[in-house]
Amino acid sequence: MELIDMKQVQAAINSFANQDVYIHLETTNGAYASHNDQSFFSAGAYIRNALVRYELGKITGNGPFRVGLKINLGWIYAEGLTHFEIDEDNRLLLAGHDSNGKLAVALEISSTPFE
Amino acid sequence: MEKERQLLVVFPHPDDEAFGVSGTIATHVQNGTPVTYACLTLGEMGRNMGNPLFTNRENLPKIRKEELKEAARVLGIQDLRMLGFRDKTIEFEDDDKLTNVMSALIEELNPSLIITFYPGYSVHPDHDATGAAVVRAVEKLPAAARPKLHCVAFSNNCVEELGEPDIINNISPVTETKLAAIQAHRSQTEQMFIGMEEKLKNQDPQVMMWINNERFWTYKFAH
Repeated sequence: MELIDMKQVQAAINSFANQDVYIHLETTNGAYASHNDQSFFSAGAYIRNALVRYELGKITGNGPFRVGLKINLGWIYAEGLTHFEIDEDNRLLLAGHDSNGKLAVALEISSTPFE
Repeated sequence: MEKERQLLVVFPHPDDEAFGVSGTIATHVQNGTPVTYACLTLGEMGRNMGNPLFTNRENLPKIRKEELKEAARVLGIQDLRMLGFRDKTIEFEDDDKLTNVMSALIEELNPSLIITFYPGYSVHPDHDATGAAVVRAVEKLPAAARPKLHCVAFSNNCVEELGEPDIINNISPVTETKLAAIQAHRSQTEQMFIGMEEKLKNQDPQVMMWINNERFWTYKFAH
């Protein structure tokens, strides 16, 4: 993955607009966060292969970045995004990594289901 | 370590075997005991992508699969089973289905010893759910027919509630093999190793004690 280039990411987001797409979205502190620090409140969420359509998608911020997708009946968004990749299957992979390279958030868009 | 007829190791993630159990596994292999390692997932939800990054969420499972195979090779595990579940979903699977998976393994392999996580004392929900499934499967057997069940526990309250571990295996004859198994899971362990390298070189007593002593609690069945 590379550091986010807003122009390239915005172009990729646009290319998926107004068609059926599959979404992977997750946030995580890791399963050991509260074990390592008992005062830490660990929370996260995960959805894989949500089938949606969005009419508008936008990347904003100065880095870490935010991405919001306006879908038919609602919204999807992620914050804390630092890296992107358009992979060999032409999927847009976005992720936010902390200073140790650990993944904290991921938002991925694909026109075919994720494995 | 007592010689076993057959060892069955059941963990949910590639690398679960590395830290707490790989020395014990390597010792059993050296004793000529057949070892089966059933690994439920490919650790698809791992957070370590390398630093600098060398993989991403979608490619991580492919890398971890190869790392798992390499760790098994290093340890001399002849029978590695990847069960095809998904990381962080084990506790949400159908309990009976999981029990049946474990029962089928036990029936096929007839292990004299099973190693898994102690349900309720293993921190990660996948660990607890995997251990619980193994316990349910073993519990179904008549008490006299049950294999020994040695559990790994590391929750903050495990000693307080379970007492001290009743089995401590000193694995120092196979330390190098164990370190190689840990390093085989490069994507997940590389950063940890950077901090440990100096201490390993100097044989830091605390680190060597942690590496060389593998602790287990024999599971206590209610009936």
